[in-house]
Amino acid sequence: MYTQALDIHGKEPVPAAAGEAEAPAARFQARIDEDAKIEPKDWMPEAYRQTLIRQISQHAHSEIVGMLPEGNWITRAPSLKRKAVLIAKVQDEGGHGMYLYSAAETLGISRAEMLEQLLSGTAKYSSIFNYPTLTWADIGAIGWLVDGAAIMNQIPICRCSYGPYARAMVRICKEESFHQRQGFEIMLTLTQGTHAQRAMAQDALNRWWWPSLMMFGPSDADSRHTAQSMRQKFIDITVPQAHFLGLTIPDNELHWDESTQHYRAGPIDWSEFHAVLKGNGPCNRERLEARRRAHEAGRWVREAAAAHAARQRGGAAPASQAGEPT
Amino acid sequence: MSETDWPLFEVFIRSRAGLEHKHVGSLHAADARMAIEHARDVYTRRQEGVSLWVVRSADIVASDPGEADALFEPARDKVYRHPTFYAIPDEVKNL
Repeated sequence: MYTQALDIHGKEPVPAAAGEAEAPAARFQARIDEDAKIEPKDWMPEAYRQTLIRQISQHAHSEIVGMLPEGNWITRAPSLKRKAVLIAKVQDEGGHGMYLYSAAETLGISRAEMLEQLLSGTAKYSSIFNYPTLTWADIGAIGWLVDGAAIMNQIPICRCSYGPYARAMVRICKEESFHQRQGFEIMLTLTQGTHAQRAMAQDALNRWWWPSLMMFGPSDADSRHTAQSMRQKFIDITVPQAHFLGLTIPDNELHWDESTQHYRAGPIDWSEFHAVLKGNGPCNRERLEARRRAHEAGRWVREAAAAHAARQRGGAAPASQAGEPT
Repeated sequence: MSETDWPLFEVFIRSRAGLEHKHVGSLHAADARMAIEHARDVYTRRQEGVSLWVVRSADIVASDPGEADALFEPARDKVYRHPTFYAIPDEVKNL
């Protein structure tokens, strides 16, 4: 569910492999030009393949790491209903990660390689998940703002040229809309509650507003126009929703511009974004540590499953076998 | 961390009785039974189906996209296989 313009810093151009034939390249370009989909076994330029692997795997990692801030509140959800909803939402994020890893694998990278890149810290994921979820209201703010921004970022990817990625995104976008609505409903309930609950909702908005705007990526990026116009659209949609809730957007410069019919927001502090991206956000280390712990804690389960599968096939399981060479 | 991946399975779902199973995606599992359980969790969280098939991806034989022209071209000039090929006067009914 969560993307941002992660690729803006990965500017290393991928060199075209030597000997890429002229004819397939022309056919590939023709299919792109006519909006036809590219499928796994079709010829594709090496740069296209590598860019997709990076983008899809980063997206998958974001879904997986994205389970952590929300998972933090499953045991403390304020009611059985909220707990069931939150579990369903976190399960969805896990599922979205699985769809995306599968899509990336069709390009020739293995699941194990991607996992290794995540756990070793070499792969990026959306930096929004390096912020902590301090109160229950953060679960509302994440659904409302973070999922809201993510949906806006993701809808265009449903039309991307690579078939498996586009199909995964169609499924993901269909499942996302409940995430945003349940988040807004949490905020609505809190703002209709006690003074302390309203203050909690306002505090969550104060902390998630700017990081949510940063999810569209810096304005100085190559994709400046898209990033800026999507961010503007998000602001125009979200400000009235905040007003409905009786909450204040934490931006003193925010005002309605009658001439353009848009809300004008104050400047974004991109130094914070870059710091978090570099690994210095509030929870970067904690998130990776949690993933590594989960991976290690699950090792015996994976080994047992592999041993069982080997026995079912009639062979003895090698003691160290954790998976099956294919 | 030198684990290798579990085998890959392709997942097919029958969305309701009377319809065919349709490919929805793939997943890794140690064996077929685990593949069914994972397919349930990954692809049917919203009652997407009433039946699941899982097939080891390695067992699927696929046509080569590079040979698609040669493979499918013979059907291209046989438009007479379609009912619209035949011109029937408008006055003739029920045909």
